[in-house]
Amino acid sequence: MNIWSKVSPSEKSKYIYRIARLMQERARELAIIETLDSGKVIRESRDIDIPLACNHFFYYAGWTDKLQYAFPNKKVSPLGVVGQIIPWNFPLLMAAWKIAPALAAGNTVVLKPAETTSLTALKLAEIIRDSGLPDGVVNIVTGYGDTGAELVNHYDINKIAFTGSTTVGKIIQKSISGSDKKVTLELGGKSANIILEDAPIDQAVEGIINGIFFNQGHVCCAGSRLFVQESIYDIIIKKLKRRIDKLIIGDPLDKNTDIGAINSKEQLNTINNYINIGKSEGSKIFQSSYKLPNKGYYCAPTIFTDVSQSNRIFQEEIFGPVLTIQTFRTIDEVIKKANNSPYGLAAGVWSDKGSRVFNLSSKLRAGVVWANTYNKFDPTSPFGGYKESGFGREGGLHGLSPYINLK
Amino acid sequence: MERLKILKTYKIYIGGSFPRTESGRYYQPVNHKGDKLGNICQSSRKDIRNSVVEARKAFSVWSEKSNFNRGQILYRIAEMLEGRKSQFVDELIFQSLSKSNAEKEVNLSIDRLIYYAGWCDKYSQVLDSVNPVASSHFNFSINEPTGVVGLIADQNTSLIGLVSLLAPIIVGGNTCVVIASENLPLSAITFAEVLNSSDVPAGVVNIITGFLDELIKPLTTHMDINSIAYSGKSEKIKKQLKESSALNLKRINVYSRDWIKPVSQDLYLISDFQEIKTTWHPIENIGGSSSQY
Amino acid sequence: MNNYTNKVVQPDFSKSPRIDKVGVEERVSKFQKRSLKRETKLMGLRMALSMIDLTTLEGKDTIQKVKQMCYKAQHLHDVFPNLPKVAAVCVYPSMVRVASKLLDQSEVKVASVSTSFPSGQSPLKVKLMETKFAISEGADEIDMVISRGKFLAGEYNFVFDEIARIKEVCGNVRLKVILETGELITLDNVRRASEIAMYAGADFIKTSTGKIQPAASMQVTYVMLEAIRDFMDKTGIKVGMKPAGGISNSKLALHNLVMVNEVLGNGWLSNEWFRFGASSLANDLLMQIIKSETGIYQSSDYFSID
Repeated sequence: MNIWSKVSPSEKSKYIYRIARLMQERARELAIIETLDSGKVIRESRDIDIPLACNHFFYYAGWTDKLQYAFPNKKVSPLGVVGQIIPWNFPLLMAAWKIAPALAAGNTVVLKPAETTSLTALKLAEIIRDSGLPDGVVNIVTGYGDTGAELVNHYDINKIAFTGSTTVGKIIQKSISGSDKKVTLELGGKSANIILEDAPIDQAVEGIINGIFFNQGHVCCAGSRLFVQESIYDIIIKKLKRRIDKLIIGDPLDKNTDIGAINSKEQLNTINNYINIGKSEGSKIFQSSYKLPNKGYYCAPTIFTDVSQSNRIFQEEIFGPVLTIQTFRTIDEVIKKANNSPYGLAAGVWSDKGSRVFNLSSKLRAGVVWANTYNKFDPTSPFGGYKESGFGREGGLHGLSPYINLK
Repeated sequence: MERLKILKTYKIYIGGSFPRTESGRYYQPVNHKGDKLGNICQSSRKDIRNSVVEARKAFSVWSEKSNFNRGQILYRIAEMLEGRKSQFVDELIFQSLSKSNAEKEVNLSIDRLIYYAGWCDKYSQVLDSVNPVASSHFNFSINEPTGVVGLIADQNTSLIGLVSLLAPIIVGGNTCVVIASENLPLSAITFAEVLNSSDVPAGVVNIITGFLDELIKPLTTHMDINSIAYSGKSEKIKKQLKESSALNLKRINVYSRDWIKPVSQDLYLISDFQEIKTTWHPIENIGGSSSQY
Repeated sequence: MNNYTNKVVQPDFSKSPRIDKVGVEERVSKFQKRSLKRETKLMGLRMALSMIDLTTLEGKDTIQKVKQMCYKAQHLHDVFPNLPKVAAVCVYPSMVRVASKLLDQSEVKVASVSTSFPSGQSPLKVKLMETKFAISEGADEIDMVISRGKFLAGEYNFVFDEIARIKEVCGNVRLKVILETGELITLDNVRRASEIAMYAGADFIKTSTGKIQPAASMQVTYVMLEAIRDFMDKTGIKVGMKPAGGISNSKLALHNLVMVNEVLGNGWLSNEWFRFGASSLANDLLMQIIKSETGIYQSSDYFSID
C-alpha cells in the first residue's frame, strides 16, 4: 500500500493499461487454459471471457487519474488493502472484475481464486509480474474455503469483495460484523426471463437458450426462471425443444461445441439432484437427445415444464443447464411472480412494444435488466443485484464506489 | 382561576394513523430539570411488524410517484413545519435545549427538507449514467429506491437527526420505519403530525417510540426490511446491525455525523439508499455490430 | 408443389412476427464461427457446387454468352473428374430457347427471370404474358420479382395476388419469388414478404435480383429460413430457399449451408430445396475443392470464366 500510494495516478494508469495489453497478447493461451481448467467451451472463453477480462483492465486503467470527476464535490481516497474472493464459473473474468477497479481506485489487492479453477489467475499473476507492477500491489493466493476465511478475518484487510453463493456471502457478512471492514457481495440469483406474446419469437428463443445454457448454466444471472405468456406457449416450447436438440455437447476444446463440461463432479451431483427433485415434484422434463460423451462430467440441457411457483427447482439456484418454465396471462401477474423471490440479480424481457418493455423493466426488482437480449456484459456496464443477490456494483462508474472513501 | 391546560398525548404513527402501542405500555422520559416529558408509547415488536407491513404497502405508491411529485410533497412538509415552528421550538426547549439552539435546530430542519426537496428531480441526473458499451446496445444505469428502510434515528437530537436521514431516504422513493430518539421523542411524534398533514401517503413514514434495546432486534432481523440506517456510535448496535444483515443482506448504513453542521447534508446520503439498475436494449445499425445488412 | 389455395388460411400479414436485428446478427455470427472438418468441408463444397444457379442477367447478354455458360454448366472443370454439375442456368426470357436447346439432354435446369425483372414495374398483364412466354420457350423454373413499391406502400394484397396469378400461369413449373430484400430495408419486412410469397404459392423464396446492394446477407437469409420453417410448421408445405447476389466465395457458401442445416435440417440440403444464385462462386468452389483434394493452392488462370 505504501508503494502503490506513492505512484502517481497517471503512472498507475499506465501500469493497468500495460496489464491489459499483456493479457491481449496472451489471449489465446489464456483461453485454452481457461477451457482446460474449467470445462467451459473454447468459443466462449475465446470470444467472451478473455476479451472481456482484457477490456475490463482497459476500461479501469483510464479512471485512475479522473476519479474526482466521478464523485462531484467529494475528496476521493482508496480504502487500503482489499481482499477479494472469486468463484469458478468465470475464473479470469472475475479476477479482472475485481482487480482492475481496486487498482484504479488506488488500493492493493489480495485475491483468492476458486480452488477448482486457479490456473488463469496464476497466469494473470505472471502477467502482472511481467508488467512491472511493484511487488506486493497484487497478491494472488490459492486455496480452499479456509484460506478465504483467513483472508476475510485478517485484521489488516480494509475491504472484502466476494462473488459466490449467497450462503457464503452471508457467512462473510456475519464474520466481519465486529469490524469496520467494508464489503461488497455479488451472490446468487434465480433470474426471470419473460417472453411476452409480441416478442420477436426466434430471437427470444435464442435469448432463452443463451440465458440458461451459456457457460453450462454456471452463471449467477442465468435466466433460469422462464415465464412465457400463454398465447405463445406452445410455439415457444416447440421451437425451444427443436433448438435444444441442435446444441452440440462435448469436448470444450472443440470450436464447434455449444455446451461444455460441468465444472466439477460435485456440481454435477448437485445438478442431477435437482433434476431428480424436479421429476419427483411432478414437473415434465425434456432433455436434449444429443449423445453425451462417455468420459467427463456432462449434463444434457434440460427443461422442465408444468412447473409451479412453489416448486423447489423454481425457487432455488441450480447453477446448471436446467430451465424451469411457467406460463402467465397478464403483465401484472408476471411482475408479481418474477419479483416473488429472495433474489434480484437480473431479468430478461422480450417484447416488441417499447412502453411495455419499460413498464416491466422499471418494475422488476433486479440489478440488470436485459430487454430483448440476455447475458450481455461490458466493462462500462454496472453489474450486481438487489436483495439477497448481494450489494455493490461491478463495472462502469458505479463499480468504482465500492473501492473508495468519500470525504 | 387559571384555565386548566390540555396536555398532549403522544402516540405513535403507523400507516397514516396515530394508534397507541399495541402493547399498551408507556414510559416517562425526563428533561434536564427532571420534568416528565409525557407518557410516551413503549412500543413492542408488534408495532414494528405493523409498521413494516404499512411501509411495504406504501412502497409501490411512493416509489412510483414522479420525482417531481415527491419533491412537491417534501416541500410541503417544510411548509407545514415552518407553520408549526413555535410548537417545535417549545418542545425542544422542554426537551432541554436553549431557546437559540432550539430555534436553530428547527430552522435547520426546515432548510434541510427544502434542500432535499430540491434534489428530488435532480439526483438521478447526477447519479445515473448512460454506459457506452462496445456492442450494439443502448445501456443505461438508473438509481432505484432500495425498498423499506429501518431508521434508527439519532439519539442525541430530537428533530434534526431524524429529519437529516429521513429526508434523503424518502426523497429517493423509499418508505421508512423510524425508531425515534428514546429520551427525546417529542419532536418525532409532532413531526409525524406534520407529515400527516403534508400529502405524504399513509405508510411512507412510520414512527414509533420506545426502548432502543427492545426495538432494534425486531427491526434489524425483519426479513422485509431492505436497509437500515443508524445514526450513532454504539459499537454494540453496529455489530448487531451487521450480523442481522447476514439474514437477508440488508444494506447497512451507519453515520456518526453532527447533524447540526450544515455540511451534514449531501447527495450521497440519497445514493446510500438506492440500488443501481442497468438496462440493456439492442440498437439497430450502430458500430460494433457486424452491420452487413 | 405448393398448392396453397385450398388448404391454407391466409394470415394477416401486417401481423407477421417481429424480428430483432441485433439478435439476428448474434445468431448469424455463431454460424460463421462453426468450423468444418476436412471431409465435411469437401462434401459441403461439392454440395454447394451442385446448388448453383449459374446466372447471366445483363442487358448485353448475347446468344454466344449464353451458349458458353450452358457449356460451362455441364463441364465445370473437365480436367478434374467426378465433379457435380450446377443445378440450373438462370437467364432472361429471350435467352431461354437457346439455353433450353443446349441443356435439353442434361439434368441442368433452365430458369428464366420474369415479371419485368429486375424492377417489376409493369402491369400484371405484361408480367403474365412474359411468364407464359418463358415457359413456352422451355423454362423449367420461373424467377419472378415482387412489386416492392406496392409492398412498401402497405398493399400486401396486391403483392399477394400478383404472385398467386403468376403461380397459376406456372402450373407445375417451379416458381421462385424474388423479394429484393435490399429494397425492403428492414428484417421485419423481409419476414413479412417471405410469408406473403409462400402463402401466395411460391415454391422457392429468393433474396435478390443481384442488381441491388445489399443482396443475400446471412442475416436476410437467416430470417427467410426461419420463415420457411414456420410456414412448414403451420401448413406442412415445404418451400425452397435461394440466396442470390453477394455469395462469391466458398467460405460464405459453406456458412450458408451450416445455417440451412441448423435452422431447417438436412432435408433442405439438396438442390431441390436450396440454391445459390451466383456467377463467380462456381470457380471459387472448384479451386477450393481441388485444393482440398490435392493440397495445392489454385490460381484463377486455370479456370474458365465462362
